[in-house]
Amino acid sequence: MYVWIWRHLPGGTASRALLSLLLVLAVAALLLFVVFPWVEPTLPFNDVTVDG
Amino acid sequence: MNGAHTGRRAAPDVAAPDEFATDEFATDEFARDDVAHDGIPPDEPARGELWRTVVRTMGEVLVTSGLIVLLFVVYELFVTDFLNGRVQEDLNREVHAEWEADPPVLGSQIPGDAFAVLHIPRLGADYQRVVLEGTAYADLKDGPGHYTESALPGEVGNVAIAGHRTTYGSPFRDLDRVQPGDPIVVETADSWFVYRVLGDPATGDYTGDPSGIPGQQIVVPTDVQVINPTPNAAADAPATGSYLTLTTCHPRFSARERLIVHAVLDGAGMSKADLPAGPPALTEG
Repeated sequence: MYVWIWRHLPGGTASRALLSLLLVLAVAALLLFVVFPWVEPTLPFNDVTVDG
Repeated sequence: MNGAHTGRRAAPDVAAPDEFATDEFATDEFARDDVAHDGIPPDEPARGELWRTVVRTMGEVLVTSGLIVLLFVVYELFVTDFLNGRVQEDLNREVHAEWEADPPVLGSQIPGDAFAVLHIPRLGADYQRVVLEGTAYADLKDGPGHYTESALPGEVGNVAIAGHRTTYGSPFRDLDRVQPGDPIVVETADSWFVYRVLGDPATGDYTGDPSGIPGQQIVVPTDVQVINPTPNAAADAPATGSYLTLTTCHPRFSARERLIVHAVLDGAGMSKADLPAGPPALTEG
């Protein structure tokens, strides 16, 4: 998977390293701002109310 | 080598069908060896290569999943606190601006509205959290939430407020440190209400109050009677006083139980016009 991505990135080592970093940041941002806020309400450890 | 192939293939003209099959097989075997030497992946090693790719990809997926879970923990423990800190700052500014410009009538708030500020000196001299109406997920994300059916600050009955123990600013993270007699001050548009945690301030015993209501208790999530008009009494029993109940999860990082703190109104509400800096109880502890 990672080897495949590395092979498909254009340019030399420097350009590939930079693009990899950008990819990592993009994935992290997607997780932090889209996926996690969406998943979180379905998880139980944030229940603080008493309810029947 | 190709010449050999052609040579063998040319032969079947005269060969018996059996012999032909054997010959063809032999040719295949031969061809396999042949290309292997040319560096083109032959069948057998290709299967090995495929497995290696599968196993490596599985490993990468597992390591990646682990990193994603770690990132989720970081998100929950740090990012949500950071985001909530900014939300609370904005809400605090907005609610005070609203109170100065056009003070709303207490009780007119709808779910999602910021309508009070909670001060708990035991949790820090500057501890203040804007309380929102409602205990839905979206309300609690922004700050402690007021159970919509419960009493309003200063009223006879029980003012019930829920808040996060961890994540989203963790307003009630250290709620277990609140001692009997500690003030919990509720600030509204025009008044201060000082509640005091039930129990015996001298001994620190939470169960000393004559009303029988403990200052602190740990219950299961379905024990809704803790937020009844008289805590722990029947839901339809008349209120015996003006109470304040805070609920949060317990133990920390778990939703197995609930930590409950009960307090009772100490004296009447005080006008903010008379006490712009707050009641003396704010600087206690």
